[in-house]
Amino acid sequence: MTDAAVPTSAQALRHTVEARLKKRHAQEMRFRLYGRLAIIVALSFLALLIGRIVHQGYSTFVDYRISVPVYLDPARIDAADPTGANYDMMVAEAVLDKLDEQDDEFGRKAGKVMSIMSNDLGFQLLDQVRADPSLIGKTVTVTGPLKSDAALYFKGDIQRATPQDLRKLDDQQLDWLDKLQASGAVSSGFNIGFLTRSDSTEPEQAGVLGAIVGSAMMLLVTALLAVPIGVLAATYLEEFAPKNRWTDLIEVNINNLAAVPSIVYGLLGLAVFINWLAVPRSSPLVGGLVLALMALPTVIIATRSALKAVPPSIREAALGVGASRTQTVFHHVLPLAMPGVMTGAILSLAHALGETAPLLMIGMVSFVPGVPEGLTGAATVLPVQVFIWENASERGFHERTAAAIMVLLVFMIVMNLAAILVRRRFERRW
Amino acid sequence: MTNQRDDAMAHDAAAPVHIAVDRAHAAMPTTPAKIRARDVNVFYGEKQALFDVGLDVPANSVTALIGPSGCGKSTFLRSINRMNDTIPGARVTGRIELDGEDVNDRGIDPVVLRARVGMVFQKPNPFPKSIFENVAYGPRIHGLATSKSELEGVVESSLKRAGLWNEVADRLHQPGTGLSGGQQQRLVIARAIAVSPEVILMDEPCSALDPIATARIEELIDELRNQYCIVIVTHSMAQAARVSQKTAFFHLGKLVEAGPTGEIFTNPRDSRTQDYITGRFG
Amino acid sequence: MLTWIALTALLLFSIATYMAARRRVVAAAAGKPTSLHSLPGYYGTYAALWVGVPAALLVLLFAMFGPRLEAGVLRTDPPAAVQALTAPQQDVFYNDARAIAHGGRPSETIYDGALKAALEEKAAQSQRMSRLIEYGSVGLAAILALAGAFVAYPRVAPQFRARNKVEGWIAGLFIACSVTAVLTTIGIVASLVWESWRFFQAVPIHEFLFGTEWNPQIAMRADQFAGAGAFGAVPLFVGTFLIMLIAMIVAAPIGLFSAIYLSEYASSLTRSVVKPLLEILAGVPTVVYGFFAALTVGPLFRSFFNWIGAQLVGGPLDALGQYLMQVQNQMALVAGAVMGIMLIPFVSSLSDDIINAVPQSLRDGSLAMGATRSETIKKVVLPAALPGIMAAMLLAVSRAIGETMIVTMAAGLQAKTTLNPLDTVTTVTVQIVTLLTGDQEFDSPKTLSAFGLGLTLFVVTLALNIVALRIVQKYREQYD
Repeated sequence: MTDAAVPTSAQALRHTVEARLKKRHAQEMRFRLYGRLAIIVALSFLALLIGRIVHQGYSTFVDYRISVPVYLDPARIDAADPTGANYDMMVAEAVLDKLDEQDDEFGRKAGKVMSIMSNDLGFQLLDQVRADPSLIGKTVTVTGPLKSDAALYFKGDIQRATPQDLRKLDDQQLDWLDKLQASGAVSSGFNIGFLTRSDSTEPEQAGVLGAIVGSAMMLLVTALLAVPIGVLAATYLEEFAPKNRWTDLIEVNINNLAAVPSIVYGLLGLAVFINWLAVPRSSPLVGGLVLALMALPTVIIATRSALKAVPPSIREAALGVGASRTQTVFHHVLPLAMPGVMTGAILSLAHALGETAPLLMIGMVSFVPGVPEGLTGAATVLPVQVFIWENASERGFHERTAAAIMVLLVFMIVMNLAAILVRRRFERRW
Repeated sequence: MTNQRDDAMAHDAAAPVHIAVDRAHAAMPTTPAKIRARDVNVFYGEKQALFDVGLDVPANSVTALIGPSGCGKSTFLRSINRMNDTIPGARVTGRIELDGEDVNDRGIDPVVLRARVGMVFQKPNPFPKSIFENVAYGPRIHGLATSKSELEGVVESSLKRAGLWNEVADRLHQPGTGLSGGQQQRLVIARAIAVSPEVILMDEPCSALDPIATARIEELIDELRNQYCIVIVTHSMAQAARVSQKTAFFHLGKLVEAGPTGEIFTNPRDSRTQDYITGRFG
Repeated sequence: MLTWIALTALLLFSIATYMAARRRVVAAAAGKPTSLHSLPGYYGTYAALWVGVPAALLVLLFAMFGPRLEAGVLRTDPPAAVQALTAPQQDVFYNDARAIAHGGRPSETIYDGALKAALEEKAAQSQRMSRLIEYGSVGLAAILALAGAFVAYPRVAPQFRARNKVEGWIAGLFIACSVTAVLTTIGIVASLVWESWRFFQAVPIHEFLFGTEWNPQIAMRADQFAGAGAFGAVPLFVGTFLIMLIAMIVAAPIGLFSAIYLSEYASSLTRSVVKPLLEILAGVPTVVYGFFAALTVGPLFRSFFNWIGAQLVGGPLDALGQYLMQVQNQMALVAGAVMGIMLIPFVSSLSDDIINAVPQSLRDGSLAMGATRSETIKKVVLPAALPGIMAAMLLAVSRAIGETMIVTMAAGLQAKTTLNPLDTVTTVTVQIVTLLTGDQEFDSPKTLSAFGLGLTLFVVTLALNIVALRIVQKYREQYD
């Protein structure tokens, strides 16, 4: 027989097999190692990503403030028109006073002081004088943030070791800052302003409130549109529609829509909503419309899975007592599928929260200094705010961008946890 | 021999009585069994599937394991080649000896064991590869053929021994999944034979096949028993009667009775065996 | 404002109709509720639907299209002074007229003399038109609502099959919702094709698809771009391809191997910990990856390569050293690597599904022959799963091509045709963003080119998705 060379006695066979064992087990070990390595690598990327963001961003939540009594000189403030006065200069002089410094005739020192104070102090004084003109002539203590470069010095980002001309602040300014801190005029605290203020050109005054409200309004529009339409469409396609070529085509269509790049939805929004239907640019309304279209396929797919999971016996039982098909679906099937539907909806919305590209297309790149006024006012959203700040050149914005990302990630984690909770608590296993 | 009935009743009280119950080996005590099982218990997590099973399986013959669904016959079969290791939470205690060596011993590599003990499953499971590649799989991974012509020789002889060669010789490179059910099962048997095992375990090999294919497989089993020790789990008592020389009856995880096929079917000692064979239950 | 009032009034009217119809039918039943065909609520709903829905749809329609109608009417019969303006100037003029009429912010153009008079006249006309449309729509809606009441109310009687009629309305709602998905696709295709068609009037399609110079930063006037050749998209295609390739080199092995480990080797405890963590990686918004790429990975890679370059300068590889010392933060390697990280969970979860779909009987067959786990995976499971894994990779490629934020923040704007990962390149998506987020009028060919790029992107990703989904379908059929 042709297999004469192959050992046939049981012993010989055993020996042949055993000879290769070591090599094969080594291969097995290596293969398992590759698998483990892949997971470790993936998870370390995650740790690196989150770690780096937190490391860059946590310092935002500490801000440095200065408290200084300012004399509101009646000679320089006109009670009839307080806006004309140079409050920043008055603040600067008050600070120089505190530092026991004398300014030269050109006011250069005052200028240098102004570049470590935020002009928020001056604005506060203006507001106070406008509200109560009797303050003119008195000394008012005002507290406000330091300019972001000064705060960065305290946070260690600007160091004396760097040569002076490579830094934003020179040695004299740094000396003043040290003195002010020693005297207690400068204090630090939790930067609640980050969460209660909106965007600003000055990093120390910039916050994410406008973006948070914008995101919330936009998500509301998205949810109100995508969830009902998606659930109803999926219910129809799953429970009522005849199974023919057209419905197959629709299913293929929906699967493909779910995989279309998000920027294409932005182009659609631009061409149809902004150009053709003249919906206001950069509003939560148009953003919500675009993201609703984007979330629609995923809601439909998730709802269909949830409906498929409900066993046919439920439907048959309902029909058996004389319920119509519509009643069966609305009274029995849909409520039982609700946990799965809700989970899918929450996850789609969480995904929509993080979308940026389509919103850039519909004009959300503009600077929006406040909270949006209504659904048709100009707005921005958290991810777009991150994008805008990332392009900014001031170093103060670097830490704020990371902090904004932290806020965004917190929202996403909360939404994902909500979805998981809904799934765990309410899902039935058939 | 009234002590045998006492022993049978004692077995009900779960005392180890393998020596008396396994009559086949009481008859020929000098031939050592190919496979010896003693005090085998198998647990799936908290659930116990086999209780103190003891059985001798002779070489060069066919041993049938019969019993109603869920009685543990497949579990016992899978313990022989340690396929239960692949199920998380499965635990085996006791001794199962192959040629005197305990298969669960630390020093025994399951890979080697499974090269010596082949398995055929209920539903034919050829790999989605060509017929040739299916049969060549075993020799390849174990390094049994050192040249292409050797490998081709092994494939040819395995297919011949499985009775499939004539039907597939001209289409060795077509997918194995394209064959009929019966052909697929013979392909799987050829695949098992290709590594020259000492034992072939078959778990209800014909239950997914039509009667004609079944008959061919049974013929094949009969031819194969000259070279291999075959253990076959079967739902069909008629098949057990046709094909095996020794039969073991399992019920609810226990081995109730084992002995020469003829005696088990015509003169069972235990009432449960009698009830099952006459169709009272199962 | 009037619209909201009208809708509220409509809602109240519908509720009143509901209650009236319900009361009527209950009274008609005269104490025998089982003589009614449907529950009383259905009769009420039937009437309310007839009253509310057509009228509400009308109001909505006018709210959506009213401004366009008004803008169109405004443009008919232009005064002589306006006709003398160029087309863009006319656009600004009419926008200003409407802005003044509706209390918006007009542009800072100064009008005087005949133009100023024309502006005021048009503004007044705009106000009249919009008021006319508003009142007209509300009036029409009221008529429709009353008509609805007249139609529905008399029909309310015990024998009337109200539930069936209401369910008919619901079916209509269902179909409308389902059609939305189809409309979206049609909308995407139509808008992309329409705008691209206008673009291809200006720049011939073969020049776009095969031209090798991309420089859209030239002043575009209708007579100026015939031979400019600055809309050749090949460098963009190559840049997109390069970054996608780097991303797949990172994501494919790591994603596939982690899927293999998780589905074949990992204990259920490991799975229950690792899978959610990978989901988190998948859920991180791409803008965060972009930030990470721009501010962490970019400088890191740059200083690494600069350092290597510094070591090489002065030695035999001096030219290479010199080159390495001047690579930028925005090298393709950075964007590609970070995009790869983003794709890892995507590839992993898809592959996991595919591998799990391979029947256990194949694994059992292989293990029973004495194969090790890795041999079983390498020689039986993976070959069986191969079509599905190919499809998963295609979907990942499609994702990589369509990704925007990471490349916008980490890649550059220079359109270079190169396969060197250390070069800065730009991609299709980056250009779309750049072209559309500046201050340009909508109709210039420069901005229209963004639609041409969008259409190309859509077609390519659609093709990849269709092929991938077909493969997965066929693969699943095999094993179900």
